[in-house]
Amino acid sequence: MAIEIEQPRVGLSKIAVSKTHGEDSPYFAGWKAYDENPYDEFRNPSGVIQMGLAENQVSFDILEEYLEQHAEEASWGKKASGFRENALFQDYHGLQSFRKAMASFMEQIREGRAKFNPDRVVLTAGATAANELLTFILADPGDALLVPTPYYPGFDRDLRWRTGVNIVPIHCDSSNNFQVTPQALEAAYKNAESLNIKVRGVLITNPSNPLGATIHRSTLEQILDFVTIKNIHLVSDEIYSGSVFSPTEFTSVAEILESRSYKDCERVHIVYSLSKDLGLPGFRVGTIYSYNDRVVTTARRMSSFTLISSQTQQLLGSMLSDEKFTGNYITKNRERLRNRYEKMVGGLRNAGVECLEGNAGLFCWVNLSPLLENQTRESELAVWEAILHRVKLNISPGSSCHCSEPGWFRVCFANMSEKTLEVALKRIQSFMEERKITSG
Amino acid sequence: MGFISSNRNNEQLLSKIATNDGHGENSSYFEGWKAYDSDPYHSTQNPNGVIQMGLAENELCFDLIQEWVQNNPKASICTAEGANEFKEIAISQDYHGLPEFRQGVAKFMGKVRGDRVTFDPDRIVMSGGATGAHETLAFCLADPGDAFLVPTPYIIQDQVSRFDRDLRWRTGTQIVPVVCESSNNFKLTKEALEAAFQKATEAKIRVKGLLITNPSNPLGTVLDRDTLKTLVRFTNDKNIHLVCDEIYAATVFNQPGFISIAEIIEEELYCNRDLIHIVYSLSKDLGFPGFRVGIVYSYNDQVTSCARKMSSFGLVSTQTQHLIGSLLSDDIFTEKFIAESADRLAKRHEIFIKGLAQVGIGSLKSNAGLFFWMDLRRLLKEPTIEAETALWRLIIHEVKLNVSPGSSFHCSDPGWFRVCFANMDMTTRMSPHSPISSPLVRARN
Repeated sequence: MAIEIEQPRVGLSKIAVSKTHGEDSPYFAGWKAYDENPYDEFRNPSGVIQMGLAENQVSFDILEEYLEQHAEEASWGKKASGFRENALFQDYHGLQSFRKAMASFMEQIREGRAKFNPDRVVLTAGATAANELLTFILADPGDALLVPTPYYPGFDRDLRWRTGVNIVPIHCDSSNNFQVTPQALEAAYKNAESLNIKVRGVLITNPSNPLGATIHRSTLEQILDFVTIKNIHLVSDEIYSGSVFSPTEFTSVAEILESRSYKDCERVHIVYSLSKDLGLPGFRVGTIYSYNDRVVTTARRMSSFTLISSQTQQLLGSMLSDEKFTGNYITKNRERLRNRYEKMVGGLRNAGVECLEGNAGLFCWVNLSPLLENQTRESELAVWEAILHRVKLNISPGSSCHCSEPGWFRVCFANMSEKTLEVALKRIQSFMEERKITSG
Repeated sequence: MGFISSNRNNEQLLSKIATNDGHGENSSYFEGWKAYDSDPYHSTQNPNGVIQMGLAENELCFDLIQEWVQNNPKASICTAEGANEFKEIAISQDYHGLPEFRQGVAKFMGKVRGDRVTFDPDRIVMSGGATGAHETLAFCLADPGDAFLVPTPYIIQDQVSRFDRDLRWRTGTQIVPVVCESSNNFKLTKEALEAAFQKATEAKIRVKGLLITNPSNPLGTVLDRDTLKTLVRFTNDKNIHLVCDEIYAATVFNQPGFISIAEIIEEELYCNRDLIHIVYSLSKDLGFPGFRVGIVYSYNDQVTSCARKMSSFGLVSTQTQHLIGSLLSDDIFTEKFIAESADRLAKRHEIFIKGLAQVGIGSLKSNAGLFFWMDLRRLLKEPTIEAETALWRLIIHEVKLNVSPGSSFHCSDPGWFRVCFANMDMTTRMSPHSPISSPLVRARN
């Protein structure tokens, strides 16, 4: 017989009880609706189509083909002691062959316009860990990072939750296609100052999530000048760099540093990952590339909490060292993403929906502000719910990306088959036609 | 390609966490590693080199695992048989983890405890190794400035897992030692616990939990039932958490057997389960430190949920989850492995202990772990840390053994050394203990 004993409630940390993990936002609520009623072409054709997940599923066949032909090197290699050596390898420097392969892959994506030194590559379990780790290193609790809006909703957790660091937004709007301006940078900095918050750096995502567009070279120069004058850091999250439709349209901050002969470079840090460009989010492969020796050393030590499985380093090290393979992959991947994008934009246009002109990434930044009753966040969320529950599409509302202008939505197009995309576009077309009839 | 780093700027530009020594790597004990790295023993190429006995790794049973991997190509997504699952596994980033992974780990944990308890796969939460698990729990249970009581000696100077770094560096939590002494074989007593708690309270430090490692690193011993019950009662009374690091659970090779906290809480029914958390890993029991498989197993729903969200910062690669899930769901294999591993550890342990006994060197009676706790107190010129360090340097540079001095584990009594014996396979062993015993005999005389 159980005796009910009144247990004193045991305390957990402030971090544990806070909501800064951000999982209560609509960004995640849509996923729940999808999980409960997921679309399937045959078994559930009226289910919710997931368009809120920025995944790249368009180029798996190329990876699978590689594995078929290189099974041995990709696993334990030919040596009898291969498995054992790999299973024991826990050096936080990471497998040298893998770091070399990552550095050369990053160079290939930038068509050799920047060089990367394998000894500056620090490995982490995903870009999620890389961004948090850099924040721990560059800022103290209570300090701030300036981040252009709209931004990836996960940053609220990654940059703030356990670090105690704040995000102060750099407001961008549609008047200039959401590009960062020197005025916006200055305004954000002053805003932090007025709140007595010390700014430690600027964090940009290039190409941008959720905009699906690269940052102009001139804008990058301005941002670099700004951080230099203020003597703060610049973190450039370039995880979508391999998903730019045309390679010449992407300028990495690495190229600008090279053109400036690496003057003042120790304030710059690049985050990369294989989750988007290679479509391997499950493998947890992230890197920090820093031009600051102290940051490299510290980040490497800190990576002890978040190392990449040696088994995975072995697999990807062998794959990414094959330059013929990677060259072919990068080219085909860009092409397929561009085709998807054009299909998406074309379909939306037929439905009378406009989007921001994009040139990268796995999503479009779509303007549904004409559908809003009022230009407010509440109206935007009302439209979002209607699309989720009636049209059965999970898309991401701009407010969850901290966009200051209501009515914009991020719509992903690379995490499904072409057929499914067509179904989604048809649903959007019907929805827009209905609205024309009812409002006309 | 070097860059001119402005050091003055660095000090202002980086966070306090980045510029302090919380990572623990500046300690002088890295001398041992350097000595080994620059002159590593090899049976034929470098027979006079330094033998690595400071690394608690388990290399005794790789043949069994290799055989399994070869016979089960589907477990590896790089093989023809496994490749059709590649895409599904590669895109899965759900922080709940692959179901077969969680089920496999839960089953293995039960088997290691003789199936005397079962573990719920839904409570299995991933982390970046045990290193990540400890940090995650510290983030969940304590605020900066709070403390955990940790019995000495405890692991602070190992290549991977170091409580000083794992618990303190980024979380800001402190460690308050609970002193255990050689006079009673380092038994953990209620008096020592109370004394430590009192000390913390007087210093106005808020104690949030007690952290124990069972089986113990560096002692190689297991906690008996009475001690475990004492710990549960103590933490329950003080309403503080009890974190049990059981990463060496499957390395118990002799009587007395292993008793897990999971078994105790089934017996101590009054106990508040919200206070109980287990840290596990596959790095020691299976010998897979490279795969970074850490587990947080909490009986507290809120902690489980929070730790799971935090696991986003240290998930296990799904490629590895898939392999481990397959491996650990093979009951025939796991049962054979657990038995064979214990057997080989027992034999290896006996060779060392007997060999040392022959030259008059004793060690703490132990039945677990990948190491033993060697007693060289008689060889010290005086019972001080300095004398211990001097003896340790002698052992590294003249005896050519990299062992770990007790002071690096915060041991209160100088003269003890941790000696690892499972980190080289049988074939690289030279004739039993000759490099160890003779120079030690010289040092003694």
